[in-house]
Amino acid sequence: MKNSDGRRLNGEAEEEDDDEEDMNIEAWERSYAEDRSWEALQEDESGRLRPIDESIISHAQYRRRLRARSLTATTARIQKGLIRYLYIVIDLSRAATEMDFRPSRMAVVARQVGAFIREFFDQNPLSQVGLVTIKDGIAHCLTDLGGSPESHVKALTGKLECSGDSSLQNALDLVHGLLNQIPSYGHREVLILYSALSTCDPGDIMETIQKCKKSKIRCSVIGLSAEMFICKHLCQETGGSYSVALDESHLKELILEHAPPPPAIAEFAIANLIKMGFPQRAAEGSISICSCHKEAKVGVGYTCPRCKARVCDLPTECRICGLQLVSSPHLARSYHHLFPIAPFDEVPPSHLKDLHNRSQSTCFGCQQSLLSPGNKPGLCVACPKCKKYFCLDCDIYIHESLHNCPGCESLRHSNPVATNEE
Amino acid sequence: MASAPSKLYSDDVTLVVVLLDTNPFFWSTSSFSFSQFITHVLVFVNAILTMNQLNQVVVIATGYNSCDYIYDSSLASNQSFGNGRMPALCANLLQNLEDFMVKDEQLGKEESEGRITCSLLSGSLSMALCYIQRIFRSGSLHPRPRILCLQGSPDGPEQYVAIMNAIFSAQRSMVPIDSCYIGAQNSAFLQQASYITGGVHHKPQQLDGLFQYLLTIFGTDLHSRNFLQLPKPVGVDFRASCFCHKSTIDMGYICSVCLSIFCKHHKKCSTCGSIFGQAQSDDASATNRKRKTPDL
Repeated sequence: MKNSDGRRLNGEAEEEDDDEEDMNIEAWERSYAEDRSWEALQEDESGRLRPIDESIISHAQYRRRLRARSLTATTARIQKGLIRYLYIVIDLSRAATEMDFRPSRMAVVARQVGAFIREFFDQNPLSQVGLVTIKDGIAHCLTDLGGSPESHVKALTGKLECSGDSSLQNALDLVHGLLNQIPSYGHREVLILYSALSTCDPGDIMETIQKCKKSKIRCSVIGLSAEMFICKHLCQETGGSYSVALDESHLKELILEHAPPPPAIAEFAIANLIKMGFPQRAAEGSISICSCHKEAKVGVGYTCPRCKARVCDLPTECRICGLQLVSSPHLARSYHHLFPIAPFDEVPPSHLKDLHNRSQSTCFGCQQSLLSPGNKPGLCVACPKCKKYFCLDCDIYIHESLHNCPGCESLRHSNPVATNEE
Repeated sequence: MASAPSKLYSDDVTLVVVLLDTNPFFWSTSSFSFSQFITHVLVFVNAILTMNQLNQVVVIATGYNSCDYIYDSSLASNQSFGNGRMPALCANLLQNLEDFMVKDEQLGKEESEGRITCSLLSGSLSMALCYIQRIFRSGSLHPRPRILCLQGSPDGPEQYVAIMNAIFSAQRSMVPIDSCYIGAQNSAFLQQASYITGGVHHKPQQLDGLFQYLLTIFGTDLHSRNFLQLPKPVGVDFRASCFCHKSTIDMGYICSVCLSIFCKHHKKCSTCGSIFGQAQSDDASATNRKRKTPDL
């Protein structure tokens, strides 16, 4: 009893800053309303309720990815924006305190953006990210553009407060000013996580949108409440994508969709050669003062090939001469975006009937049997090139993390693409 | 093995995926014979399996024309095999290895004799990673996996992208790639693989003592490695080589569209076909340009 009373009290305290319409919900009702337990259920053909099948979800994700891949495959020459300058705008207006996401929209967004930043740098090691927040109708720069995930994640875990209205125009103006300074070969992008259902602007936002369009800034919005016309218009004009998150896992999915580099549109960034240095590791035991922390260090770090200054970490920009310093694995990390592997084809059930007779009754990758329990053929996929069979788990792993087809890699054949790229 | 009681699972239960280089072009030139090599490896595999009853070993053959699984200690068929002359492990592994070598050779006959003598390391690495993902999926209690490459063939430059993809995927799932290089010159791919994934790279000086190297360096489980002084990476070269002359460079130009590396300024990217604007963007000052000429 005591517990429920306590919850009731909490509930009332929250209601005071919530909207008035929640007032007539009882505490016991509230726990159901917030839990949304019905979302974990689905109806089957005969109308009975069943928990949602995990494998169906993963399979649906796989199909969506397949669609996305086949879309990009239609363009003959894949060019992607590999050097990206991305500002993430987080709406910290009053609407971000809403508790339809648990514990609050703000906390969920901060957590997901932190995860996104790590994934982003994993996939785009030469890119930079900055954080901007909107509060009380004013946009603030939380962190400057930078290439290391740590500083951004640290800023996000710090104390964030929400208040006031949100202003899309102020945020866009600020980001526009900041992104105008970056070199012309970079892809300028803004990702806005918008909680509010309105925007409180000092001027004409349409002009700002046109300004962004002119500066070739690709604006994408992920809404947390409902679809808004102005956001949709902004994304349409600037070539970005607009989506509205249903719940936390959906939000995560939507944010992570922005991690792989977008296809480069020739006019968005001018192709250019960038001068870069490949520093060597400093010799074991040599002592020098690093230019980033101004501390004497023994044997760690890299030496800039142009000015011989010592830096601790790669990739970075030399503090002394401004040369971009990278190592070859950083470049290699991005190559898989340029040479993606073809989506695997689903094997029709008719082919699977003779699976018992075939030598390929196990997944080529992980050796798991492709027969589901009861010796009935299960779902499996085949690589269109090497015709090897794979289980669904391997299919997802191969396309989302490995980016190699084990079957194609373990066959010696003169692959024209592979020889060209070297 | 899946029904093993959880208290038997300690930090040092290990899955070792051994990638065996069976490239005939390499072994025909090597002073160390393949049969000697296999003897050492078999004893090593046995040693790993006996160190902990839950340890698991998978052997994948890296051939010249194909790659295949040749041994998996978790399969039940291993126990029933053997006619008493040889331990089941050896008989099974050697039988599969022989089948594999014959098939690998047949595949080669269909194609013209190439001058490339590298083996298909990218294929066996990818297979090993798929297998390890299956172990990760199998539940909360699983052995700690690692990969051991026993490689003798030289690096194949055309496999660079695929091998790097595999290395990054291993790094992301925290699977160390150990490498023991038994060829003549050192392998840059394997050095990078071990360095990036936190594994050990070693090139034994005396191949007659291969078993000792294998057991003392690569036999140690990941938990014990915290307390041991294992060979440290020395001089891993992370400099890039340019796409135009294949020479190693300190400073170079990167195409902003496809990240191809060039040692001097071009008008057009030979990889992706983009046409470049002016030499450097706004931030390239006149002093940079002046400096560039002596560099070339």
